[in-house]
Amino acid sequence: MSGQTDVWTLAVILGLAGVTVLTRCFFFILDRPWTLPAWAHRALQYAPVAALAGVVAPEVLMSGGHFLPTWEDARPFAALAGALVYFWRRSVLWTIVAGMAVYLPLHIVLGW
Amino acid sequence: MVPLSTGIAAWGLMTGVAMVKSGMSIVEALAMTFLVYAGSSQLAAIPLIVAAAPAWVILATGFCVNLRFVVFSLHLRPYLMHLPRWRRMVNGYLTADLSYALFTRRFPEPGTSEAQHREQEAYLAGNYFVTWTSWMLPGVAGIVLANFIPSTWGLGFAGVLCLVGILCSLANTRLRLLSAGVAAVAAVVAYALPLKLNIVAAIAAAVLASFWLEGRVPRRWSEA
Repeated sequence: MSGQTDVWTLAVILGLAGVTVLTRCFFFILDRPWTLPAWAHRALQYAPVAALAGVVAPEVLMSGGHFLPTWEDARPFAALAGALVYFWRRSVLWTIVAGMAVYLPLHIVLGW
Repeated sequence: MVPLSTGIAAWGLMTGVAMVKSGMSIVEALAMTFLVYAGSSQLAAIPLIVAAAPAWVILATGFCVNLRFVVFSLHLRPYLMHLPRWRRMVNGYLTADLSYALFTRRFPEPGTSEAQHREQEAYLAGNYFVTWTSWMLPGVAGIVLANFIPSTWGLGFAGVLCLVGILCSLANTRLRLLSAGVAAVAAVVAYALPLKLNIVAAIAAAVLASFWLEGRVPRRWSEA
């Protein structure tokens, strides 16, 4: 995965484009009206936030397959700063700015 | 629209940089920007693609991250059903979070006459044209710029921070916050599972835990 284009990745990208079309058009692809079963409607409430947390947590908290082998790691501090700033400013943009403002000095200067 | 476009542009730029700095090729990053056109599922897919997770896990994760669009599509259906299917699908594919929010705020009710239908579709198309442009141009700029930035700076982490922000914005009820917490713990605990199945386990655990909790906690836990 070092900058090489491969067919598998392009196929996955095409699949993800299909997922975009499917989810954005979900209820108006078919002509006749229809609804989801009640359990699926309930799952819609929780699955998106769960999927994001499931992807993000290991990216922030795991290193080489282990849970934070050292506390000298810029990622959890940056993610925490970003989350706090989100709840203060309600802006994803400020989350990135604040998180990178914590991450870059720790990562580049201290080598965390 | 202008401050919102600036936000989209910054997000597009960082997504472009994050894709390339995570090890995707320029062709892959461009294909992803132009075809997938869904920032949060793109960003969520990057670590999974880099880890060579199976395609179905990546697509299922992208689907779950995109589930909010399924809710939007139910709302948009009465606005679009007078159109032929291909036009509904073009409109649907190009309508992302911001266009959906602005469109439904501007038009609280679906059109009833021919003139209203045309007015609404024109507004929607103009809106997603601005959104599309403010996403694509900075996205391409980010992909090009990323080549001049050393990988050791770790700019790819901006993509993770972007997901942190989106995650916080979605965790707007106590039960959703709990769902995020359960998923985070499960994804870390189940990390050793092969094929990145820890993500699937995390979603399943969080949804089941939320179902179980729904009837057992005060009603306001489900309210924003």
